[in-house]
Amino acid sequence: MSSSRPVVLVIEDEPQIRRFLHTSLDAEGFDVEEAGSGKDGLVMAANCRPEVVILDLGLPDLDGVEVIRRLREWCAVPVIVLSARAQEKDKVAALDAGADDYVVKPFGIGELLARLRVALRREAHVGEPGGTSVFEAGDLKLDLAARRVTRSGFEVHLTPTEYRLLAELVKHAGKVLTQRHLLREVWGPGYVERPHYLRVHMANLRQKLEDDPARPRLLRTETGVGYRLATE
Amino acid sequence: MPNIRPDPDALLARVQREEAESGRGKLKIFFGASAGVGKTFAMLTAARAEKAKGADVVLGVVETHGRPDTAALAEGIERLPLRALAHKGAKLEEFDLDAALARKPRLILVDELAHANAPGSRHPKRWQDIDELLGAGIDVCTTLNVQHLESLNDVVGQVTGIRVRETLPDKVFERADEVELVDLPPDDLIERLHQGKVYLPEQAGRAAENFFRKGNLIALRELALRRTAERVDAQMRDYRDEKGIRAAWPVAERLLVAVGPGEEGEHLVRAARRLAAGLEAQWTALYVETPPLLRLPEAERDRILRTLRLAEELGGKSVVVGGGDVAAEVLGFAHAQNVTRIVIGRPKRKGWRMWLVGSTADRIVAGAGDVNVELVGAESKQATLAAGVIVRSRDVLGVERARKRRWPGYVAGIVVPAAVTLIGVAMQPSFALTNIVMVYLAGVVAVALFLGRGPSALSAVLSVAAFDFFFVPPYFSFAVSDTEYLLTFAVMLAVGLTISTLAARVRLQARIAGYREQRTSALYDMSRELAATDSIDSIVRIAVEHVSQVFASQVAVLLPDATGRVRHPRGHSVSASLRGADLGVAQWVFDHGQPAGSGTDTLAGSDTHFVPLAVGAKAIGVLALLPANPRRIFVPEQRRLLETFVGQIAVAIQRALLAEEARDAQLAAETEAIRNALLAAISHELRTPLATIVGASSSLADPPASMTEPARRELAQTIAEEARRMSEVVGKVLDLARLQAGATRVNAEWHPLEEVVGGAISRLSDRLAGHKVTTRLPRETVLARFDAVLIEQVLMNLLENAAKYTPPGCRIEIAVEPRRDEIEFTVADDGPGLPPGEEKKVFEKFHRGAPESAPGGAGLGLAICSAIVAAHGGAIWAENIPAGGAMFRFTLPQSGEPPLMEPER
Repeated sequence: MSSSRPVVLVIEDEPQIRRFLHTSLDAEGFDVEEAGSGKDGLVMAANCRPEVVILDLGLPDLDGVEVIRRLREWCAVPVIVLSARAQEKDKVAALDAGADDYVVKPFGIGELLARLRVALRREAHVGEPGGTSVFEAGDLKLDLAARRVTRSGFEVHLTPTEYRLLAELVKHAGKVLTQRHLLREVWGPGYVERPHYLRVHMANLRQKLEDDPARPRLLRTETGVGYRLATE
Repeated sequence: MPNIRPDPDALLARVQREEAESGRGKLKIFFGASAGVGKTFAMLTAARAEKAKGADVVLGVVETHGRPDTAALAEGIERLPLRALAHKGAKLEEFDLDAALARKPRLILVDELAHANAPGSRHPKRWQDIDELLGAGIDVCTTLNVQHLESLNDVVGQVTGIRVRETLPDKVFERADEVELVDLPPDDLIERLHQGKVYLPEQAGRAAENFFRKGNLIALRELALRRTAERVDAQMRDYRDEKGIRAAWPVAERLLVAVGPGEEGEHLVRAARRLAAGLEAQWTALYVETPPLLRLPEAERDRILRTLRLAEELGGKSVVVGGGDVAAEVLGFAHAQNVTRIVIGRPKRKGWRMWLVGSTADRIVAGAGDVNVELVGAESKQATLAAGVIVRSRDVLGVERARKRRWPGYVAGIVVPAAVTLIGVAMQPSFALTNIVMVYLAGVVAVALFLGRGPSALSAVLSVAAFDFFFVPPYFSFAVSDTEYLLTFAVMLAVGLTISTLAARVRLQARIAGYREQRTSALYDMSRELAATDSIDSIVRIAVEHVSQVFASQVAVLLPDATGRVRHPRGHSVSASLRGADLGVAQWVFDHGQPAGSGTDTLAGSDTHFVPLAVGAKAIGVLALLPANPRRIFVPEQRRLLETFVGQIAVAIQRALLAEEARDAQLAAETEAIRNALLAAISHELRTPLATIVGASSSLADPPASMTEPARRELAQTIAEEARRMSEVVGKVLDLARLQAGATRVNAEWHPLEEVVGGAISRLSDRLAGHKVTTRLPRETVLARFDAVLIEQVLMNLLENAAKYTPPGCRIEIAVEPRRDEIEFTVADDGPGLPPGEEKKVFEKFHRGAPESAPGGAGLGLAICSAIVAAHGGAIWAENIPAGGAMFRFTLPQSGEPPLMEPER
């Protein structure tokens, strides 16, 4: 019998953290499956078809980034990385490999739950047939079908590159997109080593869409990693 | 009273020799009078005996020359394959030194000690191969004929009329641990020769047959026996020295042989060596380089070098001194060094000068005092004929060049008296004849001053002749009517010649002084520059520049890495740098501390000359030199100059290395101090929250019945807060450790200013919730170059401090202002401000604003900021705002333009 409770697979070798996650997530309405190693995790992911995977990077058998890569070979389940590695280059490696989000240990359960919800919501959107073509956040409205951007009802003129950049962020709203990902998708593979293109256009977008570009509410910077379109 | 204690010098020498030999293999030489006495046979017999005793014996090279009984002896002993070498199309086979070193047997047999290796081998001579084997701790057996011994080479040549090319330095023979004489009476040897049992090279033919005449064989046998006896004698003396047996110690003899540029130099050196060996004396070959000798043709200068090198090979020292007078320099050196005997060649030239001033030899004898002087006669010409022919054909070139330079001087020597004659004709009516004589003398002085002795002597003679011809009656005739004039002529000639000699000497001394000055100033220039720096890179650059300029060469300084492997210089190179020097040769030079490559005995095939840069006995690097003209580098005075340069460079590098070590040591000490402070701070900062957590959680785990739900929640919140505080401390400690370990590299890229500000504010939004945060930035997007991750951290730490040390509700302003070549960031608050005097102190590591205040934190935040800003080349400081509040500022220097972007299509 399929439960209405979403299934979360926790791949983590520390039993204390598994125990704490099991207790907390169960109380929040998730069915929790556990795996203590990368290989077990991959088998479980195939067997129990989780709605979301919580993955530790420091596993005894396989590196977490490798687990993401193998998982991505056959499935698109959202992966939230949970790691003690706080350096930007580790985050970028995991995100580039296909992770959806990255939470640094130690973390509060509230923060993890928020990320879980975002991931599930995004997953639900992708699953919707046809999907919605209109995105709204605050006073900003983006009509993907009509290629129209309005702010408080007034149309905002964007250059084609700015539009492509915004559309890519909207498509993955709530998720951190690495610089490399954005450069490749918006400008093309030849531009991945020219991050200043992305930064300058992002600055222009903020000038047009944010009240105070120095304190953006929508177009958030994850310094050293990439950008995220805030949905909350 | 005779001194019965052993000579300390000799003892020291023996101790050093024994030390050097302790790890070395033993060398045994089977020594014979000529080919065919059975040396190889004796060696193989001895090897079989060793093998029978179970020793690990290998045949390196054994020439059996098809003799079946010898070949049979070699059967059953492991034989090392020879190394094939291709040289000019011919295939040669040589002893494989590397294979032998790799195989490392206990005993190896290598025939023919004096053999010269094929071109392309590591060493030109086999004895050098064997020296390496011994150095690797391998025992070696080898064979040697008496005619190959360097010091006997000329004697054997004179006896037999055949001079062998392959010679062995006597020191190798003398250092052998064991010499076994393989003796065969001449009649038996001739008998063996007739039976075809003696190997003769095919081309030798008649010459070889002449060689094997009984008279020759007897003479050779005598030489071999005598040489062996000398060795036994020396051993005996050694033994007695060691035991302190000797009753009387003669004063140690020191022998000096003065060599000149002539052909007889080698003969002199050999004679001195024999004499020194007989007297058991230390000996030195001295070459006095006078300014005229500096102008010798190159062939002759090469010969001097060869002579001096021969002296070194024969176990003597060689010294070159510069000076104007050979006799004075030789005597000066002899007295300074307590020389007891001087060996010089018998003077060859006869003539007026000899009669006038005496030969150098005469003057040495006259000034020798209690020093014995030995005159050595010239050697018979026959044996050196071949070498002499080659030398002479080169001489022709050199002499012609020298003459070419001189003829203008002699032309002037004719022109000047002619001109004076014209002046004299003009003067004659109104001046006395004595005044005309004076004008002639003035002309001679002028020629002597500017053109040297030859032209001025010519000028003096011509002046006398012209004076007689034109001014002394009867006019226009050399006849003289008044005999009084003969005295005038004689005095005039004598004065002219004396003046010319004196003037020429002054000129000569000026040239010597000029030459010395040139050397000294070249060296001084480099020393001055070297003294001004202590970075290895710039020392290397200065050395390369100066050496390449002075010696007209491409130059490289090769230094070893941490593992002792010599490496090419890193980083920039100047135009004079030598690239791609052979590191293999350089490594050998570094390991052995001896020069190699072109102009030396080792790997002479290389174009490049390699010299060790050594301080004391230890090489600290290698100087590689590729001269534009190799001959120029190897003349004695250049060599000496190069040695001095190399010494200076080595000392400078050593000094830099020591300075680097001292800096490292100081850094290590500072790091140690910081580490201790860090540990103390961390343990305090971590234990405090930990105590709270342990206490609160233990209450929760085992709650008293009276605990209410709100109390329970409060304990849980306390635990969460304290855990977060600990996590922060841990994070900062890790950051600081990373920064200090240098693991964090500044990854500077172009970023919009507002992005880094926005990033910092949004990441700290929870903590800043109680404060009013404002920003002040340029309206336009401004790009600046920095590491965004690190600068965001600086801003976060400053914001966090502002939030921590000001009461809720205070304003915090972040301002960024681009200047002409820097960006200034300011984080200001309107809180209580810093305590006066704390503005600087706050940046010291682990300093906390108010030690007992509530907010806590390890004071690591500002230390991190300071490290990051410093890594960007910027400055960070704190001030109090007069209107109230604290202000933290930092600047990041900027250079260059933001990268261009293609316009959007």
